[in-house]
Amino acid sequence: MTAPAVHHPGAALRRWGGLALTTVAWVGLYRVNLGFWEWLLGDVAGMDLESRAGDSLLFFVYDTTKIALLLTGIIFVVTVLRSFMSVERTRALLGGRREGVGNAAAAGLGVVTPFCSCSAVPAFIGFVAAGVPLGITMSFLIASPLVNEVAIVLLFGLFGWEITALYIAAGLVVATVAGYTIGRLRLERWVEPFVFETRLRGQLVDPAQGLTWDDRFQMGREEVATILRKIWPYLLVGIGLGALIHGWVPADWFETHAVGPLGVPIAVGLGVPLYSNAAGVMPLVEALYDKGMPMGTVLAFMMSVVALSLPEMILLRRVLRPPLIASFAAVVATGIVAIGYLFNAVL
Amino acid sequence: MDIKILGSGCANCANLEANTNAALAELGLDAAIDHVRDPGQIASYGVMRTPALVVDDEVLVSGRVPSPDQVRALLADRAG
Repeated sequence: MTAPAVHHPGAALRRWGGLALTTVAWVGLYRVNLGFWEWLLGDVAGMDLESRAGDSLLFFVYDTTKIALLLTGIIFVVTVLRSFMSVERTRALLGGRREGVGNAAAAGLGVVTPFCSCSAVPAFIGFVAAGVPLGITMSFLIASPLVNEVAIVLLFGLFGWEITALYIAAGLVVATVAGYTIGRLRLERWVEPFVFETRLRGQLVDPAQGLTWDDRFQMGREEVATILRKIWPYLLVGIGLGALIHGWVPADWFETHAVGPLGVPIAVGLGVPLYSNAAGVMPLVEALYDKGMPMGTVLAFMMSVVALSLPEMILLRRVLRPPLIASFAAVVATGIVAIGYLFNAVL
Repeated sequence: MDIKILGSGCANCANLEANTNAALAELGLDAAIDHVRDPGQIASYGVMRTPALVVDDEVLVSGRVPSPDQVRALLADRAG
């Protein structure tokens, strides 16, 4: 791993050739997806694709294939790109930043740094013990799950790039402002004292260093397998529910049965306990949007599902006292509700 | 040789432990693996992404699961 890279023309050809072939196969599958299922269900199986059952079934198999392809491709690319970044590097970049600019930088780095919320606690201690201000650390921890690759892939696949760009921008704003607010509130007294007393020792290893392309590709393949294995049941349930709504709920149902101005906070409140179903919620949300739920409400719901999760808050309890966890949840939820109202007003 | 796996019980921590055990068996080394789960202790090693492999109090790998071959190379360096 740390040995100098030996030049193997054969290995390089295999690596890049394999990547090129996989890319071509991927694009081909993505292109023929709808046509293939229409042919198989309509022409071969003789189903009426205009009927409710036919339409729902087509929606289900087409969406499942599309999302599986998008997840595979984008998670691989994102993991390989992120293997050049590390939490250690991010922390070094954030050390000594002033609040404000530092919060925005932390939010941006939260998106590009390879990070899983299962490491939230050691990362929190590592940042704060190294002198990164609390608010800037929180900006990083909020942005990382909020603007995550699974959410982005699903948004892109279901709503297109404009909504995806809007979501990313809104996520960065929420993370920056919420972290800044937490910093201004001076909540350091609600951090467990051992965090500040933690002595960082030893020589740091930068996990991004000394990796070969083969290592990075291997990490990409493993990440795809790990994520797909973790989320496929939720994904299938979500797409299934979405398909049912798609076929059976009348169009514009949500416009005629409007929940009124309380729709956004209700959506945010419902999103908190739904964290583990993030992958499953998106296809469901697409169907809700199709039936007339306003885009701001839909986006607020998604943000709440991915950014505010009970399991993560329970994890953070190891380092944060309840008043700080409550402030964190309240500040982030307020930000998401504001974004929801804003988008409902302008879109 | 003092071997520690740092990680609070994620799937990858178990994978790293398995790979390390495999590497130890191949090398014919008899060393106990200590699994550190306390977040404060994990952070004190400077580790911010689990799992991590620590040998004789030095962090060799963090934030990813090295293959059994890679672990074996790292451990052979140490033992040799």
